[in-house]
Amino acid sequence: MASRAPAAKKKTVLVTGAAGSLAKRVIARLHGRYHVIAVDFRRKVETDAGIPSYLVELHKRGFEDIFASHKIDAVIHIGRIFAHEKTRQQRYNANVLGCKRLLELCHKYKVGQVMIHSTYFVYGASAYNPALIDEDAPLKASEVTQDLVDSVELESLANIYLWKHPELNITILRPCNVLGPGVRNSMSILLSRKVAPVLLGFSPLMQFLHVDDMADAMVVAFEANRPGIYNVAPDDYVPYQEAVRQCGARRLPVLSVPPSLPKLVSSMLNWNAFFPPYLINYFKYPVILDGRRFRDTFGWRPRRNLNDIFTFYRKQKLVTSD
Amino acid sequence: MARLGSFDLHHRLAASLVTPEIEALVASIPKPIGSFGYDPWGYNEDSFKLGLGVARLLYDKYFRVTAHGLENIPAEGRALIVGNHSGQLPMDGVLVGVAAATNPHGPRLARAMIERFFPTVPWLGNYLNALGGVIGDPLNCAKMLDMDEAIIVFPEGVRGSGKLYRKRYQLQRFGNGFMHLAMTHRAPIVPVGIVGCEETMPALANLGPIAKLLGIPYLPIVPSLLPLPARVYLNFGKPMYFDPAASEDEVTAQVETVKAELRRLIQVGLDERTSLY
Repeated sequence: MASRAPAAKKKTVLVTGAAGSLAKRVIARLHGRYHVIAVDFRRKVETDAGIPSYLVELHKRGFEDIFASHKIDAVIHIGRIFAHEKTRQQRYNANVLGCKRLLELCHKYKVGQVMIHSTYFVYGASAYNPALIDEDAPLKASEVTQDLVDSVELESLANIYLWKHPELNITILRPCNVLGPGVRNSMSILLSRKVAPVLLGFSPLMQFLHVDDMADAMVVAFEANRPGIYNVAPDDYVPYQEAVRQCGARRLPVLSVPPSLPKLVSSMLNWNAFFPPYLINYFKYPVILDGRRFRDTFGWRPRRNLNDIFTFYRKQKLVTSD
Repeated sequence: MARLGSFDLHHRLAASLVTPEIEALVASIPKPIGSFGYDPWGYNEDSFKLGLGVARLLYDKYFRVTAHGLENIPAEGRALIVGNHSGQLPMDGVLVGVAAATNPHGPRLARAMIERFFPTVPWLGNYLNALGGVIGDPLNCAKMLDMDEAIIVFPEGVRGSGKLYRKRYQLQRFGNGFMHLAMTHRAPIVPVGIVGCEETMPALANLGPIAKLLGIPYLPIVPSLLPLPARVYLNFGKPMYFDPAASEDEVTAQVETVKAELRRLIQVGLDERTSLY
């Protein structure tokens, strides 16, 4: 990636969610070749010299000031509130209204490129899902649960802008489960645990991507700038219960029938951070992405395999058990 | 200790079913899998070996299958294996699968299409996937053909498998979906006439209303809940290639050609059969 020579004038890239592990890696990869501006709503991120860092909420005042005071050429929107972090209302405001505001500002200040980090959750986990889901498949997550409505709406918004304002050069990435050091999404928290709940009789296939590979993917796609919607996933698959074993966790079987029972168990035991009621279906039915379009368009391949990913979680448990 | 005992039994059983011959067969099947032995649809090589071990016994010892024309199943590349459906339980799919997997002219993994409600059944759903079964979604078929897989299709669906014994060996209405898939993905259709499965579970009547209440496709009145040991004859015909059709009527006409060939192959099987059981 270092092969690409910086342009005469360095471009300015605003990265949201800068406190997260993925954004940190993306910033590290862009730093030097671009002027990077780091933004997060959680805290003011400690950054390397020369990277301005802001604590700001996207849907609040103050965000526009960043656009006014810097000539921003591109935006990489990673920042997202996970369902376990805030209430549904707060999440909707931050994720959907925040993204809408971001896109409006990009349009107003003539930003030339926008990359949006979405999620495979938008496809929804259903027994009727075919495998190797294409990018043009319907987004059925909101059919499954109200708690994923914000993910789907964020995508719809981005899609409207993608067609309405081609000059924004919007790229939407839908990665599979991203795992690795520092990652704090539900799946990563779950696999870090010594005991992980599993649904009796269900072990859906899953795809996992190392956070370093995802960061590489984002940078490759950012530099190539080929607007569109892309799944980001490897062509390797493993059942959830096998992944739990491989990560050195013990399986805690949860009765899966009737379907409302595991949701009830999850709410009663407050498993919201790692096995939330609204994600139960993703531990029951597979959502397998076809990642060929991204891999072929950008010539990207993950460099870390499943075993590399699982080894991190196994080792992590050995360290913490002492 | 009890746990250790059952564990040991499981391993011994597995060892006796997965013979070196089956190991060698599965190893020679051209089938790309991921680092944990799975493909995108949940097929798993180890489960398949075990399943093939059991199904092979049924094929050889119980149904005493006679198969002709196995050379017509392409040793590699995409293919749709299209047969007549019968016998209430999908034993015909299993037997065609064994015939393909043990084909001396080149073993193939032939994927079976399963009913859409199976993935909702604990254990069974995952297990059927591990054996190569996939829900019969046209998108799944399209992706699998693109990846040069062989698929078993019964275009009659439950109309065929659930029909009564008095309608035996009469083809029911065919859907056109398989022909569209064959045309769009340039996949040959390998017809297979299946004789004998009708006699494994002859249905005298169908308790339709009760089946509807239970949410299952049909509920037959049968003499035995286990399939009867009928002799089964499989006759595979030459691969049939179809060019994209101009209209839906043309597609239907092409489907009729396949049906005609199936009727011929079924007759071949009926003629060579000397004893039902």
